[in-house]
Amino acid sequence: MSKKVHVTTSVNHEPVEFLCEPRQSLLEVLRDTLRLTGAKEGCNNGNCGACTVIFSGVPVNSCLVLAVEAEGATVETVEGLADHGHLHPIQKCFLEGAALQCGVCTPGFLVAAKALLDHNPDPTEHDIRFGLANNLCRCTGYDKIVKAVQAAARELQSLAK
Amino acid sequence: MSHTDELYLGKTSYQVLGKRPVRHDGADKVTGKAVYAADVQLPNMAHGKIVRSPHAHARIKSIDVSEAVKIPGVFAVVTAADFPNLESRSEVMGEGGPVNLAHMAANCLAMGKVLYKGHPVAAVAAANVHLAEEAAAKIKVEYEVLPSVTWVLDAMKDDAPLLHEDLRTDSMGKKGDRPTNVALHLQFEKGNIAEGFQQADIVVEREFRTASVHQGYIEPHATVALWNEDNRLKIWASTQGAFNCRQQVAQLLQIPVSQCLVVPCEIGGGFGGKIAVYLEPVAALLSRKCGRPVKLVMQRNEVFEATGPTPGSFLRVKLGATKHGKLTAGEAWLAYDCGAFPGGVIAPGCMCVFSCYELPNARVDGFDVLDNKPKTQAYRAPGATQAAFACEQVIDELAEALGIDPLEFRLKNAASEGTRRVDGPVYPRVGLVECLHAAKNSDHWKSPLSGANRGRGIAAGFWFNIGLASSCSGSVHGDGIVTLVEGSTDIGGTRTSIAMQLAETLGIGAADVLPQVGDTDSVGFTFLTGGSRTTFATGLAAYKLGLDLQAQMQERAATIWECEPAAVEVKNGVYSRNGQSLTFKELAGKISELGLDPVVGRASVSPEGSTNAFGVHIADVEVDPETGKVTVLRYTAIQDAGKAVHPSYVEGQMQGGAVQGIGWALNEEYFFDRKDQMRNASFLDYRMPTCLDVPMIETIIVEVPNPSHPFGVRGVGETPIVAPPATIANAIHKATGVRMTVLPISPPALWKALSEKS
Amino acid sequence: MSNFDYAAPTSLAEATALLAGAHGTARVLAGGTDLIVQLREHLRDADLVVNIKKIPELMELSYSSQLGLRLGASVPCYRIYEHAQISVAYPALADAARIVGGWQIQSRASVGGNLCNSSPAADTIPALIALGAQCVIAGPQGLREVPAESFCTAPGRNVLHKGEILATIVFAPPVPFSGSAYERFIPRNEMDIAVAGAGSWVKLSADGTTIEQARIGLAAVAPTPLFAAEASQWLAGKSATDKTFERAGEFARKAASPISDMRGTAEFRRHLAGVLTRRTLAKAVERALG
Repeated sequence: MSKKVHVTTSVNHEPVEFLCEPRQSLLEVLRDTLRLTGAKEGCNNGNCGACTVIFSGVPVNSCLVLAVEAEGATVETVEGLADHGHLHPIQKCFLEGAALQCGVCTPGFLVAAKALLDHNPDPTEHDIRFGLANNLCRCTGYDKIVKAVQAAARELQSLAK
Repeated sequence: MSHTDELYLGKTSYQVLGKRPVRHDGADKVTGKAVYAADVQLPNMAHGKIVRSPHAHARIKSIDVSEAVKIPGVFAVVTAADFPNLESRSEVMGEGGPVNLAHMAANCLAMGKVLYKGHPVAAVAAANVHLAEEAAAKIKVEYEVLPSVTWVLDAMKDDAPLLHEDLRTDSMGKKGDRPTNVALHLQFEKGNIAEGFQQADIVVEREFRTASVHQGYIEPHATVALWNEDNRLKIWASTQGAFNCRQQVAQLLQIPVSQCLVVPCEIGGGFGGKIAVYLEPVAALLSRKCGRPVKLVMQRNEVFEATGPTPGSFLRVKLGATKHGKLTAGEAWLAYDCGAFPGGVIAPGCMCVFSCYELPNARVDGFDVLDNKPKTQAYRAPGATQAAFACEQVIDELAEALGIDPLEFRLKNAASEGTRRVDGPVYPRVGLVECLHAAKNSDHWKSPLSGANRGRGIAAGFWFNIGLASSCSGSVHGDGIVTLVEGSTDIGGTRTSIAMQLAETLGIGAADVLPQVGDTDSVGFTFLTGGSRTTFATGLAAYKLGLDLQAQMQERAATIWECEPAAVEVKNGVYSRNGQSLTFKELAGKISELGLDPVVGRASVSPEGSTNAFGVHIADVEVDPETGKVTVLRYTAIQDAGKAVHPSYVEGQMQGGAVQGIGWALNEEYFFDRKDQMRNASFLDYRMPTCLDVPMIETIIVEVPNPSHPFGVRGVGETPIVAPPATIANAIHKATGVRMTVLPISPPALWKALSEKS
Repeated sequence: MSNFDYAAPTSLAEATALLAGAHGTARVLAGGTDLIVQLREHLRDADLVVNIKKIPELMELSYSSQLGLRLGASVPCYRIYEHAQISVAYPALADAARIVGGWQIQSRASVGGNLCNSSPAADTIPALIALGAQCVIAGPQGLREVPAESFCTAPGRNVLHKGEILATIVFAPPVPFSGSAYERFIPRNEMDIAVAGAGSWVKLSADGTTIEQARIGLAAVAPTPLFAAEASQWLAGKSATDKTFERAGEFARKAASPISDMRGTAEFRRHLAGVLTRRTLAKAVERALG
């Protein structure tokens, strides 16, 4: 067995330490070691986005990040979106807009959408579709997801005023 | 309850139905708390890995596990030898005929032969998933490779490699005498097609081919099995039916169903692909052997290679019509592959091919054909999409040849109440005509489409939708909340639609019903979530439960008011008598306060017959003639839902099915190499639409009430996938003049067809 | 995945020493979007994985109109197309960086990694070829430079020796009246491997009517990304018209030697090479004039 590496990182703004083998992905450690099962494994090769987390400020497929790379980085997952029990506008808009059916792609979409809106608070429909092209959904046909992101953009902008 | 029961109450307005409450399980789903099968973690849990065949067809000569079991941290290894003897056992497992248990077991762990690349051969349980993978790599299997076949027509040839030496064709009830890959030949006939074609002024006959496609759910199959010290087997599963799963596992392991408890976890998509078990019996065997819970999760390539894609097919469709556009006769010849084991979806394909039309004379021949691919399963409306791809294009050609608008042509011939389908059933009240009118009046159809290389297509689709058994139970609490336990695993928001029907019946708000999906110990038998049955049948059970609870509430009010229950009036959730009245909530409070018998109710139903959902789709496409790429500019899905309980989720089904159908039309296919191995078993090269590939999907819900449900509800989930490939193909034809008869209509194929034309 | 050791050196010297001295196979980890998949699928193996993202030179992204662009080998794609000046000065590079997978991939994947993965279908390499980029390689013996079109030698193979790392990709400063573009053909709109790709760079005459110089790079139509030399040389001195672009496309088709695989037929790829060359030339000229 390979020697485990001790990693110190930050997850959802809290300091976290864990042991892992170098071959373990960040996704695997989040789910199996840290018990944060929000990020999902859909394909394990970066094509479905169900494992999306925000890694040092940018959205990444956590299946393609080694857990050891989290040393000194920051990780934000879907579990960190709500603020002390209050849903983030993107979460609210997904629920109100029925933008989820089976829900398994939803954490990935929420994190990616949050990153998108942080980056571009007033996206066009094309901007949204381009920004979320790495997130696959098989249930919704994307229509209500795009509309929920548009609604969240409007809400965030009005909150900012 | 027979299918002729008229249950429709004829209400014109509803308190709860038709509204859009936030789903009850929503908070957990958007915060990452919802537990899917791969999220389950138990103390001492082992992780499994399956060893799979690298060959499309081979005899297994030997399996040597000796190196694997030596590795520290490896707890158990199993092969088909660990299954009980299931030879010549078959069981009836719900809709469809008897299922061959030996075949089912062999699909979980191969017996003697491997029949497709990825066919499971052995399984390992170890301390972690990496160790399991290392151990699996150490299991040595010796194969004698055999010739293989993956195209349905090739598999039907006399000299085709045979998958099962003992298979004989069941030809319309008669068993053949030669070994074959053709498991079944069925035929439906109506009227006299020779005469019918004689009456036609124009006849069009075309051949079509479709490739295997996969349901593509984002969550791979996953399970945790715990064979407990009390000999009870507990299974956490990603499944469309906890009871179906339990039945299969119990039969395969030859244990009583009551010895097995299945907990349906949240499920990340199914579409028909999570009905047959793959991992659960194997995980159970591993757990029994090593005395630990065992988690087995598929990787994406395993999902593609070794679960249940839909058939690849060959279809020949011939239709005749008078010069005024009236159909006179139809003939169809359908060959669908079923993969490694018999029992594919040819029958519904045959039943659906002409199902949208009033066709006085028709004959349909269908063949269920084995080949070296994973055993096919349902993919939403199984078999109907391929059939519609063929029929709807021939309809379009007839209309064009006669100079009749394609929508008008369909209206002239549309199936309606009293139309008899080629396979026999007569439609009760159905809504195809209403859907066509809605299409005609839609903004999409009325908007002009201009520009080079652009075209608009239209197509119709049908799916039966089933009923079958559902159970539920409920309790009224002191604060007026009703908890509801129902047995339908929730793939798309149905627990809310079922709760809404209970709320409507009781005259309370949707938020006052708290639904949960029960496991096989805690709720009565409920057939799987599929067949577009859930909102209809489990909703019907919820309605009956509501009546039960309401009757008990009446009795309690009668106790309080010291009168006969029949003297208590109930209207819109208010109980009254002689000027006194109590709301549901108030009455519930009083029951609790006074210590009266708690109100606990139950219901079970098993409606027969179909709820018959028709749909019509419209698509505008633009083709780039230099590359063959198709852009979908605009898309509208129209469907008769009977009564849309939660319109957002009905729209969602329509939009999701439409986009799956667009992927099926334009890009998705199983690509096999010369060794009949799938080369594109990943989301990189199995190309499902991303959100950048499709426009907004407009929806129009038509409501022609279903006579067999109190609120008129029809199933909605499957019909949306039937029309899209035909709709897209018809649009491409309008845009380019080229008729594409092979799916998928991928860029190189379309480019080639366009170059050859010009 | 098989076990491997992991190191995250903070200097080039440390990195090359680790790579040169490794027992067994050592692999460089930049964005990881190719390597981790390959390790997981056992397409490549590694006894040692060396994360190079903590080496300052490899994360350098510096541009000036006098000195040109120094692109560190592990700079993620998104930093390129978000850099306003670089997007204007080297549009073909920005075009390519924008379409390497989706956003989550672009957050990590690097042009250097794309180059070192050496797939014939790599999206960024035709842009590098068209822009005349030079690859600076660091090794135990010091630095050496290789032009982008010579870097890949076969599918998945390149000129790097054991112990060597691609450190920086350098681009000459943009010259007046020049423009570039990259376009690929994929069946969907994102997320696919290129069926064919073309990158074009042109330098026009001051009055904008004539192409003085041109360079065309092609992807997915040969065992390595190609510099379409004949097409590029022929373009010099030709007028910047659709007819010229069409003719250049014919040369590109001639230069292509594609295979048929599950992503496309040879015939289709060859055809696309022509179409995409024509389209990117037109776009490059438009940008040069703009």
